[in-house]
Amino acid sequence: MVSFELNGKDVSVDVPEETPLLWVLRDELQMTGTKFGCGIAQCGACTVMLNGMTRRSCVTPVSMVDGSSVTTIEGIDGPEAEAVQAAWEGLDVPQCGWCQSGQVMSATALLMEIPKPSDEDIDNAMAGNICRCATYVRIRKAIHDAADKLEG
Amino acid sequence: MRKTILTAALLCAAPAFFALPTLAETVNGLRTVDEFDGIEDQTERSVALFSEMMAVIEHPRCLNCHPVGDTPRQGMDMHPHVPPVVRGDADFGAPGMRCNTCHGEENFAFSTGEGSIPGHSPWQLAPIEMGWVGKSASEICAQLKDPARNGGKDMDALHEHNATDGLVGWGWEPGKGREPAPGTQEIFGQLTKAWIETGSACPEG
Repeated sequence: MVSFELNGKDVSVDVPEETPLLWVLRDELQMTGTKFGCGIAQCGACTVMLNGMTRRSCVTPVSMVDGSSVTTIEGIDGPEAEAVQAAWEGLDVPQCGWCQSGQVMSATALLMEIPKPSDEDIDNAMAGNICRCATYVRIRKAIHDAADKLEG
Repeated sequence: MRKTILTAALLCAAPAFFALPTLAETVNGLRTVDEFDGIEDQTERSVALFSEMMAVIEHPRCLNCHPVGDTPRQGMDMHPHVPPVVRGDADFGAPGMRCNTCHGEENFAFSTGEGSIPGHSPWQLAPIEMGWVGKSASEICAQLKDPARNGGKDMDALHEHNATDGLVGWGWEPGKGREPAPGTQEIFGQLTKAWIETGSACPEG
């Protein structure tokens, strides 16, 4: 049995300890906002927050999160997350949308550490989040817009 | 541990009138300290011991995380890390994309096919002043002995690091599909100790 906090609520799952967290989120806990993209930590679609830091859930054994706090796209909140989601809506960032929950998680994590990121900061933070629709220009603009909004 | 007599096959095949070559006993491609006992000059022996340590130091399993720039390498061909990542202020990646965004406390097999993502706690780059890629044995030797470029270690601490550090040790236990560093960490530690005890001499540039 593995127990952890998911989006502020305590959950327990009875699965083999090597089961990827992504499988647990989607199949056991019905949190399907987090997507499967590649399964090998190359695309970023499965990004969640583990104890406040980005984590690829497809390569995370569920045993690793026992006793930890996991936040998914369904539960992320706070000023940075709200600014990111508003900027995403404002620019219609998503196209097909598959990668976007991962993009939002990484963008939020970046702004939590660097409130006013440069293009280079954005490139470094977002390099592991691939978008097959190539919405990268809008993603970068939206992160800048979110930073401006946070700055007031 | 499997021992390999490098010259065994050669000896079997060699015509009897050839002079017998010197036996070189290795463990997974790394000579053990006793192989250097025949070198009488202490400084020469020290240099030879360091040259053997270089077989480990120069292996991609070790070099990949000792870049001289800001990009880790991967694989035996030492290609740039994929996805693209940067060193960051603490040798631990960029805000939003730290090493532990993907790397965990131990290797984790992919659920969708062959392979695994490497892991260890900690998992991070060697500091840039400890970069080795592209440097000569002489340069690396001087660097290893310089506390300003070895993490403030004296020679005892350097031996301890080579002989027992867990992340260094991962190089010999990299998991299925990855070639381990030559020898074992134990032998690497013994070579380091013997190199230090013989004066930690460096090869000439």
